[in-house]
Amino acid sequence: MVQQTFEGEVLTEPVVVEREFETVDMNINIGPQHPATHGVFRMVLTVDGEIVKDAIPYIGYMHRGGEKLSENLDYRGALGYQDRTDYLAAFNSEWVYVNAVERLAGIEIPERAEYIRLILAEFNRILSHFMFMGAFGTDVGYFGTAFTWTFKERERIQDLFEAVCGDRIMYNYFRVGGLAWEPHETFIEDSHWVLDQVEVGIGDVDELMTNNEVFIARCRDIGAMTADEAIAYGVTGPMLRASGVPFDLRVDEPYSIYDRFHWEIPVGERGDVYDRYLVRLEEMRQSVTILRQALDQMPTSGPIEPERMPARLRPEPGEIYMRQENPRGEYGIYMVSDGTDKPWRVKMRSPCFHNLSSLKPQVINTYLADAVVALGSIDIVLCEVDR
Amino acid sequence: MVLSEFAGVSMPDWIDALLRIIFIVALMTIMAFALIYLERKILARFQARVGPTRTGPIGTLQSIADALKLVTKEDVRPITADRWAFELAPYMAFVPVFLVFVPMPFTETWFIRDLNLGLLFVFGVLGLNIVGVVMAAWGSDNKYALLGGVRAAAQAISYEIPMLLIIVAVVMVAAGRLAVDGDASAAGSINAIVGDQTTTPYILLQPLGFFIFIIGMLAELHRPPFDMPIAESEVVGGYFVEYSGMRWGMFFLAEYTALFLLVVLASSLFLGGWNWPFGADVGLGLQIVLTFVKTSVMIVLVIGSRALFPRLRIDQLMSFSWKVLLPFSIVQVIANGIILAYGGPDWVVGLVSFGLLVALGGLVYYIMSRKQGEGARTVQTTPATPRVITAPEVTPVEAGGD
Repeated sequence: MVQQTFEGEVLTEPVVVEREFETVDMNINIGPQHPATHGVFRMVLTVDGEIVKDAIPYIGYMHRGGEKLSENLDYRGALGYQDRTDYLAAFNSEWVYVNAVERLAGIEIPERAEYIRLILAEFNRILSHFMFMGAFGTDVGYFGTAFTWTFKERERIQDLFEAVCGDRIMYNYFRVGGLAWEPHETFIEDSHWVLDQVEVGIGDVDELMTNNEVFIARCRDIGAMTADEAIAYGVTGPMLRASGVPFDLRVDEPYSIYDRFHWEIPVGERGDVYDRYLVRLEEMRQSVTILRQALDQMPTSGPIEPERMPARLRPEPGEIYMRQENPRGEYGIYMVSDGTDKPWRVKMRSPCFHNLSSLKPQVINTYLADAVVALGSIDIVLCEVDR
Repeated sequence: MVLSEFAGVSMPDWIDALLRIIFIVALMTIMAFALIYLERKILARFQARVGPTRTGPIGTLQSIADALKLVTKEDVRPITADRWAFELAPYMAFVPVFLVFVPMPFTETWFIRDLNLGLLFVFGVLGLNIVGVVMAAWGSDNKYALLGGVRAAAQAISYEIPMLLIIVAVVMVAAGRLAVDGDASAAGSINAIVGDQTTTPYILLQPLGFFIFIIGMLAELHRPPFDMPIAESEVVGGYFVEYSGMRWGMFFLAEYTALFLLVVLASSLFLGGWNWPFGADVGLGLQIVLTFVKTSVMIVLVIGSRALFPRLRIDQLMSFSWKVLLPFSIVQVIANGIILAYGGPDWVVGLVSFGLLVALGGLVYYIMSRKQGEGARTVQTTPATPRVITAPEVTPVEAGGD
C-alpha cells in the first residue's frame, strides 16, 4: 500500500496509528420540547452511556419582561401579570403583589377580605401541590394514574375558584384594598365539601405512591442536598424544608393572619427527592388543617374593601420588599415608589429561579432517568423562572 | 384436530397448515385490536376516566379507527436514517412474534403444529424480536431511539435468562410427571405440559416459577415497571420515536400480539391452559372459554401493573435480574433436580418453591424498607409557633428620577 503525505513524500509502508478504543460522550437535549421539562426548559446533558457527566441548563424561552411591563402600568393595572408568572399558584402571587402595594400605600384591609384571601391562597397551595404530585408521578413513570387522580382533585378546587371569581387559572380576583367582589353565598359550605373530597384525594395519592417499592427505589437518595448547600443556592420552600431547615415565611416572618392558626411545618431528613415528595404531601395535609380553622373563624358578613379608597394610588416615595410563602418557596415583590401613580421599580423574586439553579450539582454523575426525576422534584413553573 | 376432519373434506397437509396459519394471523390481528381497546378501557377505569366512548357502541370501534388513521398517515423517514435498517426493522420485530404462535395450544386440538421442542422454539424465535428493535434504534439516527434500543437489548438479554431457567424447572417437573405415564421426552411440547395439568395446575408446584415468569414477561413486553426502553419522560418513546404511520403501527401490533402470546404461554405453563382443574374432559367449547378466562385474568394483571407501578431505573432493573431473579431461579432448578432425583412427591416440590417465593418477597421487602428509612412515613414536624405580626417597614428613599 502506497501512501502520500502532504509534502508529496511517498511512503511505502502503511502508517499504523495505535490508539486506545475511544468512546465518545453524547449530548442529549432534554427540551425545549420534551415530555419531562414541564414547559420550555432546555437542559443539554452530556452522557456517558446512561450516566450524566455534565448538564447545561438554558432558561429564558418564556421571558416576557413582566417586571418592566409592571412599571409602565399603575399599581392596580399590573395585577394581571402576577397571575401569569406562577400560573399554578396565581392567588398566592397576586396576594404578594397586593400586600406589597397595600403596605406601600398604607391601606388597611377588612378582616373578612383577609380571611377570604388566606382561604383561597391555601386552596391554591393544595392545588399546586396536587399538580406537582401528578407531574412528578409521570416523571417517575406512572402511566397517567397519578396525573388523573390528582387532576380529579384539582378539578374540584378549580370549580370552587370558578364559582368564587369566574376563572379557573388566571383569577385576577384580589384588589388593592380587598377583593373584586363578594364570593358566592355558599362559599363556606362549598369549601368544606371540597376539603372533605381533597382529604380523600391526598390519602389516595399517599397510598398510590408513598410505600410503593419501585417509587422508593427511584426517589430515595436521588438529588440529595444538605441544608448548607440548599441555603447556599438560595433554595426555599418545600425543597429547603426537605433538607431539614424548618424555614417557612408563614411562621418566620408572619404576614396576614397566619398567627391565628395552629399547624406544623413538615421537615425532611435527607433532602432527597423522596423527602421533597413527603414534605409536599404533608404540607397539603397541614393546609387542610389551616383551612378548616380559617373557615370556622371567618366572619360570615362584613365589608370586603375599605370604605374609602383613593381614586388613584399615589404612595409616598419609599421602597418595600414583601415576601410570602408560595407553594414553591419565597416569592417576593420589591417595589420602589417615587410618588407618582406608577411604581418606579418592580422586582419579582421568584422561588423557582433559585431552586432551579441547584439542579446541576444534583444531576451530575447520576443516571439519565434520575436527572429527569430530580428536575421534576424541583416543581418548576417556567413562566415564573423567566418572568 | 385436523381441519380436514372438521370441514369434512380431505386435503393435503400443507394446505391444512396454510389454512391454520391464515386463521391464526387473522385471529391475532383481531385479538390485538381487542386488546388495545380493552387496555384503554381498563386503564381508564384505573385512572378515574371512562376511556373511548365515541366510536361505535361504547367505543368498541376505536381500534379500527386508530388502524385506519395509521394506514392513511404519511410514512416519514428521516433523511439521515439508514434506509434499509429503518424500513425493515418493523418486519423484524413483527414476524417473529407471529411465528411463535405455531406451537401455542388454544385448546386440546387447536394449534398449528404440536412441536416436540415447542418451548425451545418459542424462546428461540421470540428472541429474534430484539433484532428488529435494535435495527430500528440504530437506523433511526436518533439519540433517544439509540438509548431506548440499547436499553431494550440489555433488558431482553438479562430477563430471558431467569425466564429460561424457570422454563427448565417447569420442564423438569413435567418430565418427572410424564415419565409416570411413560413418555418423559414429550415434556418439551407445550401441549403435553398442558395435558399433564388436568388436576394440578403447575402454579401449585412452581409458584416461584410463575412469579418470575410474570416479571420476565413484563420486562419482555416493555411494560411498567420495566418500560424504560420506551420511557416517555426520559427517551420520548424510545426506539420507535422516529416512526410514523403503519410502520409505527406494526411495532404496536407486535407489542400487543406478544402480550397475548406470552399470556397464553403463561396460562398454558402455570394455570393449566385449556384444562378445567376439577374434571378431566370438558369438550372443545368449554376449553375455549377456559383459555379465554385464564388469559383475560392475566391480561388484567398486566394492564393493572401498568396503571399502578412507576418505572425502574436501568441499573436497578439489571441488578434485580442478575442479583435476585437469576440466583433464585438457579436455586429453583437445583432444588427441583435434587427432589426429583430422589423421587420426592409433588407436594414437596410445591412447598420448596413456595418457600423460595416467600424468601424472595421477604428479601425485596427487607431491602426496600431499609432503603425507605426509619420514620420516613411521618416527616418530622415542627409546631408552628404563632408570633406577633411585624409588617415590613416601608423605608422612605430618595425617589430616583429618570
